[in-house]
Amino acid sequence: MISVEPFARSDAPLARRNPVAKLAAAMLFAFPLMATLDPVAPAIAIAVELAVLPLFGVRPALLVRRAWPLLAAAVGILVTLVLFAADRSGRVLFDAGPVVVTSGVLITALGLVLRLFAVALPGVIVFATTDPTDLADALVQNAKAPARFAIGALAAFRLVPLLGQEWQMITMARRARGVEAGRSPVARMRLFVSTAFTLLVGAIRRGTRLAVAMDARGFDSGLPRTFARRQHFGVADWLLIVGATAIAGAALAVSVALGTFRPLIG
Amino acid sequence: MGGGVTLRGFGWRHAGRRAWALRGVDLRVERGERVLLLGPSGAGKSTLLAALAGLLPEDSGEHEGTIEIDGRSAAEARERVGIVFQDPQSQLVMARSGDDVAFGLENRGVAADQIWPRVDEALHRVGFPYHRDRPTAALSGGEQQRLALAGVLVLRPDLLLLDEPTANLDPAGAALIRAALTRAVDADTTLILVEHRVAEALPLVDRVVVLEPGGGVRADGPPEAVFAAHGDTLAAEGVWVPGREIPPRRATGPAGEVLLTAEKLGQPSRLAPIDLTVRAGEALAVLGPNGAGKSTLALALGGLLRPGTGRLTASPELAGVDSRTAPHRWRAPALTRRIGSVFQNPEHQFVTGTVFDELALGPRRTGASEAAVRDRVTDLLSRLRLDRLAAANPYTLSGGEARRLSVATALATAPRLLICDEPTFGQDRRTWRELVDLLADLRDAGNGLVAVTHDAEFVAALADRTLALAPPAVAQR
Repeated sequence: MISVEPFARSDAPLARRNPVAKLAAAMLFAFPLMATLDPVAPAIAIAVELAVLPLFGVRPALLVRRAWPLLAAAVGILVTLVLFAADRSGRVLFDAGPVVVTSGVLITALGLVLRLFAVALPGVIVFATTDPTDLADALVQNAKAPARFAIGALAAFRLVPLLGQEWQMITMARRARGVEAGRSPVARMRLFVSTAFTLLVGAIRRGTRLAVAMDARGFDSGLPRTFARRQHFGVADWLLIVGATAIAGAALAVSVALGTFRPLIG
Repeated sequence: MGGGVTLRGFGWRHAGRRAWALRGVDLRVERGERVLLLGPSGAGKSTLLAALAGLLPEDSGEHEGTIEIDGRSAAEARERVGIVFQDPQSQLVMARSGDDVAFGLENRGVAADQIWPRVDEALHRVGFPYHRDRPTAALSGGEQQRLALAGVLVLRPDLLLLDEPTANLDPAGAALIRAALTRAVDADTTLILVEHRVAEALPLVDRVVVLEPGGGVRADGPPEAVFAAHGDTLAAEGVWVPGREIPPRRATGPAGEVLLTAEKLGQPSRLAPIDLTVRAGEALAVLGPNGAGKSTLALALGGLLRPGTGRLTASPELAGVDSRTAPHRWRAPALTRRIGSVFQNPEHQFVTGTVFDELALGPRRTGASEAAVRDRVTDLLSRLRLDRLAAANPYTLSGGEARRLSVATALATAPRLLICDEPTFGQDRRTWRELVDLLADLRDAGNGLVAVTHDAEFVAALADRTLALAPPAVAQR
């Protein structure tokens, strides 16, 4: 099952902020960190991110469970760099024939892994603490996103968990037909593609029916929509955005002051 | 207020189709009338409802004649018309029940302070049993469809269109919807209903209109008069005309040897542990309310799902060389020669691009010669009235055709045991009878048959033994 539900307590002080404010804060916090290749700035950012977890009402154990794809990606980066890095400067730590692990390689890998976490965690935290309906409402009301896009995406999003169940059913239905990949990777790939095709056909049909049902209830009426649920955007929301930007700037400043700053470009 | 409908020589042809979906329809429905729209499959009932709802855009086909709702075109009268479709899953828009009912009001620009009182009133009218914050995903099919009805009624339509609103529901869910319709629809709301199950729909209507597949209206009047004059023809064409019994097909001989034995077979939170035997030459019907795990049991018996608890053992006669392993561990080509499965949604099972290839797939996988495959496929095509469609893409078939094809694909490998999940769901009377005959022939030839079903008539017609699953002790989701 693919889970798309928020998994945090919704009454925590920062979790209650406007969804658009949270999203903007996450972006403004993460983007500056991309500018540097050093490990210091992302390390500070991660420390801050973990420190604010309680304010968002996110329990660390749950965060780990939700963020495991990040861990997998981190391991991938480490392995790739250790095996293939071009720059093998620094002290030799470990020499195994063709693979020479040096301190330079490890520092580069560490910087990349920390960057990955520093940039991705704010997004994970925002989506963990934001109800999709509230996000769509706030995008329309506070960020002036087109309702047709935001509400349409929300309706489509609601169908996502069904896809996981559907995939299982299709796989079992194919086994019943005598279609099974066995061990051959080519057969596996072909079966994957054809299962995905069946899933896609079903998803498009369901999406079309949903779109017709939505229009039948006036979604395409062209009248200005009213809002059953009001989203407020206040001083606290502005403070969240400003605060996030300031902390990201401070992390970069520390990195420059320590002399570890390595610009991505130049 | 209004809700009167006038059609004059109305016709519609979908873009890219040669045949008219609907043609030459003259019809007048007065405000407050309750009309049941009937006709064989392909007579254009759903197209007519879509046209009335203003959901046929000019560029999606060609039209002739006129359609008027209170003197306005269907496109102009859209806000006075509400429509409920078959599938609750693809009608609900929002994650919370109340938000979903509010959706239409927001679209129509209703002032925010009026929205929630109207939402609560609509939920109350359809008898929605929960608070409006209830997640829509946590509702049963019948409850979801009630919610969809509330979402339409909250807009106070003058004309309410219902396109088989109970076809996807179990009997309990369908009864919920009929009860909600009885109590929730105002006396001056015009109602036009398309429904297969005529007997259940009759208490809701006072007039029956029968569409002629070639075009025009065949019959129109009070239900008794229409069925007295046209009942036999309609029944032969697949309409479930009330009061016409279908002769049962009981087993001609005693049940044969045991094929499958389940001991404490279960699946945590989906199926309570159960003991059962499946025999050759016997039709076993598995009954039970939604959530009792009927489909899970069908998957487990079909060797498609590893049992969560307990054991499933195949007899040496069924298992052949695999007699030491449980069915879920058999290789797929071996499984399909022994146990065939027919899924609730036929499209899940389609793998190829044509009906012919679809039927040939199983035999080819099990290593039959090309000549033998051809014979087998030709035989199945004619037995299931699919010959005309041999070159068609399985995804373009109608509901009845897709169902017949999915059963035929399972039969193509001549399995000793066939497991069907709701084989007769939403089928017209003609396909229904063909399925009963086909499955009865299969059983009488000495094969085993297990059908998971809500269909009481199907059980009465075919089942030699029934097994009722109890609902799970603790409802878990």
